[in-house]
Amino acid sequence: MTQRHPPLADVHAAAGASTTTFGGWEMPVEFDSIRTEHTAVRESVGIFDVSHMSEIEVTGPDSTELTNRLTTNNVAALAVGEAHYACITREDGVILDDTVIYRLTDHQDHPAYLVIPNAGHDTQFTEWCQTHRDEWGLEAHVANTTAQWAMFAVQGPDSPQALTAVADESVTELAGFEHTTADIAGVECIVARTGYTGEDGFEILCPTKAAESVWASFECPACGLGARDTLRIEMGYLLSGQDFDPETQSRTPYEAGVGFTVDLETEFVGRDALADQYETGINQQFVGITMLERGVPREGYAVVDSDGHQLGELTSGTMSPTLNEGIGLGYLETEHTTPGEHLEVVVRGNHKQAAVTDLPFVSK
Amino acid sequence: MSFDVPDDRRYLESHEWTTTDAEAVRIGITEFAQDELGDVVFVELPAVGDEIHAEEAFGVVESIKAVSDLYAPVSGEVTAVNDALFDQPELVNDDPFGDGWMLEVDPRDDDLESLLSAAEYREQIA
Repeated sequence: MTQRHPPLADVHAAAGASTTTFGGWEMPVEFDSIRTEHTAVRESVGIFDVSHMSEIEVTGPDSTELTNRLTTNNVAALAVGEAHYACITREDGVILDDTVIYRLTDHQDHPAYLVIPNAGHDTQFTEWCQTHRDEWGLEAHVANTTAQWAMFAVQGPDSPQALTAVADESVTELAGFEHTTADIAGVECIVARTGYTGEDGFEILCPTKAAESVWASFECPACGLGARDTLRIEMGYLLSGQDFDPETQSRTPYEAGVGFTVDLETEFVGRDALADQYETGINQQFVGITMLERGVPREGYAVVDSDGHQLGELTSGTMSPTLNEGIGLGYLETEHTTPGEHLEVVVRGNHKQAAVTDLPFVSK
Repeated sequence: MSFDVPDDRRYLESHEWTTTDAEAVRIGITEFAQDELGDVVFVELPAVGDEIHAEEAFGVVESIKAVSDLYAPVSGEVTAVNDALFDQPELVNDDPFGDGWMLEVDPRDDDLESLLSAAEYREQIA
């Protein structure tokens, strides 16, 4: 796979960022330190370059039906200026990806949607849309516009002030998951009240050509994917490709704790399988665990009972910068998911005490 | 960025340092290593009385983003462990050649000459 770079790759390099490859993109993982970047977002504000996210625009007479039939939530309920979180599932109900869908201003008198799947999934999701459109005989235009957009996330309790410093004050009147267009540094951007940190915050889509001036207009510390990961783990948010993955960690929305994105009243790929699972129940469930002994839980570590019987496996974990405790996310047999239940995490062969914990780890 | 590499130590390519005392050497990781790791949050070390073996893993250092093995520059018996790191692993970041030391070892052989000199290690990380 060819390595992809965000429009600001040179700017980040000049700022001394170390990088990591994620979803085929070379992205900043750390500017200063993960801990200070994490703390900036929890206590004040920070800005992330998330231009690795995918953008697919769906327009035309059947745009609502197409997006609705490919995602678990009810797209028909979205008004212009609204967005929601949803899963993209395959026929057996397994999550292919999770996404936020924005209803844009109507295009040529038809509803227009911006779908934002995860990094590196743009080609695949575009083809998924086009194949189903043709199969279903729908009239819709599907365009992969990932290269046209840079995306930044301004997150933290002081994010409204960071936005009003550069854009019209009205953007701070947006409610959660609402979006609008706003002028930033002389450029028309899409500004949404969304994020992946658990803090108040905004996500900004700006044309690639204007990325540098929009980024530079914000006066908050730059944060990398390292802090983005610790922040989302503290909230119990899923990471595509890690906490679920169609090949290596195949999970349904119910198992992954995002059943709230599933509207069984709508027709979508995977709906019947999910309706069955809704009736019969799940065997494993996504949970949080907190270490009661020193140690850092990590992806792939086994979770066992005191007799050593395996109860599940962790899919994410870190030392929480906010709590200073080891925290992990993963799947356990449902009968062992009561908050407070003691279990053990196997850390390099050593069994360490841990407890099931209500999500989020950090209450907001 | 230029990193401190004290002349009075010997180094492994894997970024551990050792002092060169004849009786009890002190072992830790370099400033370059802690910078690569980022915020150190956990250290797993052997106990006093354990044997460690040159160029074999003797422990683990974890930062927020990564888990790394620690390799022994010398063979010998562990005579002291820096317990402060269990509660303050960030000492490894703050003072890698001083308060962030990890073990003291009674070296079995005088094999320090085979390790990298400060000049050689500086060249490696340049």
